[in-house]
Amino acid sequence: MAVVKLQRPKLNFGEKIYFGALIKGFFLTMTHAVKTLRGKSVGADELASSGLGVTMQFPEQRWDEHLPEYYRGAPALVTDEQGRERCVSCQLCEFICPPKAIKIVPSEIPSDDPWAKVEKRPLEFEIDMIRCIYCGMCEEVCPEQAIYLRKDYLITGLKRADMVHDKKKLYEIGGTRVGLVNKWNELK
Amino acid sequence: MPSYLFWLFSTVMLIGGVSVIAFRNPVSSALSVVTCFVGLAGLFIGLSAFFVGVIQILVYTGAVMVLFLFIIMLLDLKDEEKAAKPLLPIAAGIALVAAFTVQLIGILSRTPNVIAPNLDKETLAAAASGFPATSKIATTLTQGKLPDVHLIGHTLFTQYNLPLQILGVLLLVATIGVVILSKRQAD
Amino acid sequence: MPELIFQIAIIVAKIVILTFMVVLPLVPVSVYFERRFSAVIQDRVGPNRVGIPLTLFGFKKDFHFFGLIQPIADGLKLFLKEDFTPAHVRKAFYWMAPALTVVPALITVCVVPFGSPISIFGHTEKLVIADLDIGPLFVFSVASLSVYGITLAGWSSNSKFPFIGGVRSTAQMISYEIALGLSIIPVIMYYGDLNLSTIVQQQADHGWLLLPLWGHDADHTFTSKLLFWFPAAIAFLIFTISIFAETNRMPFDLPECETELVGGYHTEYSSMKFAMFFMGEYAAMVIGSALIITLFLGGWSIGFGLDAMVANLHIGDFYFGGLIHLGCFMTKLIGFILFFILVRWTVPRFRYDQLMKLGWVVFFEAALINVFLAALIVAAPQLKGTIIGIGAVLLVIVTAAVIWVAKVSEETPKVLRA
Repeated sequence: MAVVKLQRPKLNFGEKIYFGALIKGFFLTMTHAVKTLRGKSVGADELASSGLGVTMQFPEQRWDEHLPEYYRGAPALVTDEQGRERCVSCQLCEFICPPKAIKIVPSEIPSDDPWAKVEKRPLEFEIDMIRCIYCGMCEEVCPEQAIYLRKDYLITGLKRADMVHDKKKLYEIGGTRVGLVNKWNELK
Repeated sequence: MPSYLFWLFSTVMLIGGVSVIAFRNPVSSALSVVTCFVGLAGLFIGLSAFFVGVIQILVYTGAVMVLFLFIIMLLDLKDEEKAAKPLLPIAAGIALVAAFTVQLIGILSRTPNVIAPNLDKETLAAAASGFPATSKIATTLTQGKLPDVHLIGHTLFTQYNLPLQILGVLLLVATIGVVILSKRQAD
Repeated sequence: MPELIFQIAIIVAKIVILTFMVVLPLVPVSVYFERRFSAVIQDRVGPNRVGIPLTLFGFKKDFHFFGLIQPIADGLKLFLKEDFTPAHVRKAFYWMAPALTVVPALITVCVVPFGSPISIFGHTEKLVIADLDIGPLFVFSVASLSVYGITLAGWSSNSKFPFIGGVRSTAQMISYEIALGLSIIPVIMYYGDLNLSTIVQQQADHGWLLLPLWGHDADHTFTSKLLFWFPAAIAFLIFTISIFAETNRMPFDLPECETELVGGYHTEYSSMKFAMFFMGEYAAMVIGSALIITLFLGGWSIGFGLDAMVANLHIGDFYFGGLIHLGCFMTKLIGFILFFILVRWTVPRFRYDQLMKLGWVVFFEAALINVFLAALIVAAPQLKGTIIGIGAVLLVIVTAAVIWVAKVSEETPKVLRA
């Protein structure tokens, strides 16, 4: 690597004295302080601030209506319009998941079932929310569009076990989603 | 000064002084010197020499000993802690102490045993007549307080003006010498 | 004998009230101010939650009160943390160091005059613990002891970052003590007294040192006061900045520079021992502010010639003007602490060589020249015109020489290039 020798800037007397810059600095910080107290900080409106700085004060104020379209919250399973689960237990999400948060126990659909052609459905589907990094790879990889990142961000629990979302919980968060269905489609 | 305070501070001083040589760790020794100096400052203040006492702490404890400590900490202490004490320095030290004690006894035995005047209001007010009536020293003395800072300043700049100037020049020479020496080494 | 006991009782009461009920609570309060003010500067909110949890007792709403209980929570947290002593430290010094930083800072409280005398039942009592005739010198000498705490903490931790921090702080404090001591000599020359109570009383009577607008008389003419304003302002600048360096506050907090030294000298400390260092730092800040206010900004005086009137306010035998003055002093103190905080969140940290150069090359010389300037101005009324002229010329020559030397020494840092 080439060595770049920097020429230090030549300071004039006023800059060497330093007080000008100091006073400028005081003005800058005080302007910020006054703006913060008046709730007029830059970006306060976009960030829906509480009136003090740009901060939203959480339990009283919530992000909910300010979340952007692309927000990635908790991953969840969705059902189709008929209330059928979409997941076919292909386990692609389990394989792709970077932190290995997803655990699927597949089960076979018996041949006498009208939906025998789907072959598999998840018996158990667990996402460990302690491990999940909200990357959205599962959503991306799912061929059946069965797993989506929802806008839930308040994932809390008092024990480790509370933080593992089982199938029931995942469907509860996910809800219904209209649109393309592959294997669970009667017509296909 | 109440005599119990005198005993307290002299005990502090003695303990500090003895522990300087008793401790093996040089840092402990340096801190013992600090204790000794603090005791000395206490004695000065007890003798109403507030200025001298405070300067004792400010200069010796707050600056000189800090520099000592600074240097000691930068050295490797392990050898010092293990080294056996050689006989010669100990003997020399004892001889020095003995010589000093003999000298002290000699001086004390010749000094007439006179009790120092009490620093009460009358003596102070009487002393005020030696100074111009409107001066700060005279007014403070007539109030019954000892203006020790003013008195030291007055003595220095009247009685010992020339020695003070010479001392200043000496210090200046020493400072310049240090700067030159360190500059030469740097070059 | 009962008189002696009465006196001792009053002294103990003063120590308890002024040190432990006025100055010590200022430490957590200034920590709270620091957190809130820094938050506001950075467009944030800061701690505003900790209050009285009324909801626990079945009420509808908690009582937050701007989070003013936060310092107590902080203190409690530090108190309950594990007090861990690493195996590699030198135990005795490691335990001694925190105490050696806090105690000097609190001892210096005793010469600060907090208000004018209070009188009750014909018994007058000054609002100062020890009315010493050597006030500022006492503060400097005791404050200079606090360097031992930091140095010992750094050394006894027996690990490299704390050690570097300790060494840095030693060098820094010794360097700035000189500028600190020299910078107030003009002030002391002007008042001709080292007693802080007297200095404040003079300021109350004849105008603050930096605001000499009232109380003119034959001995204190307006022109002489205005003339002295210049050396006073220089002294104020040097003194304030040196106090920043003495207390290891932000632009000069190299002993605990996080980016270079982890936590500096208190890296190995935890729990209450760490809290003691923290307290020592803030207590030093409070005392430093108190000293600046006392010397330059009129101490407890309200100013504008109102002080004599306030001091005479009384209900029957109880002259309570001192309490109003105490309030005024505290207001100024908190104002100055806020200034300390503002500086911390405005000015970036200096480099170590810049710090040393500022101390030794700029402030030391400036303070020395300032002493001559102040001496000339103070002595001018008693001198003949020619002597003043010669003095002024000498002063200009000395100043030019010092500036020239400073410039020359700046030019060739040959060793550093190697």
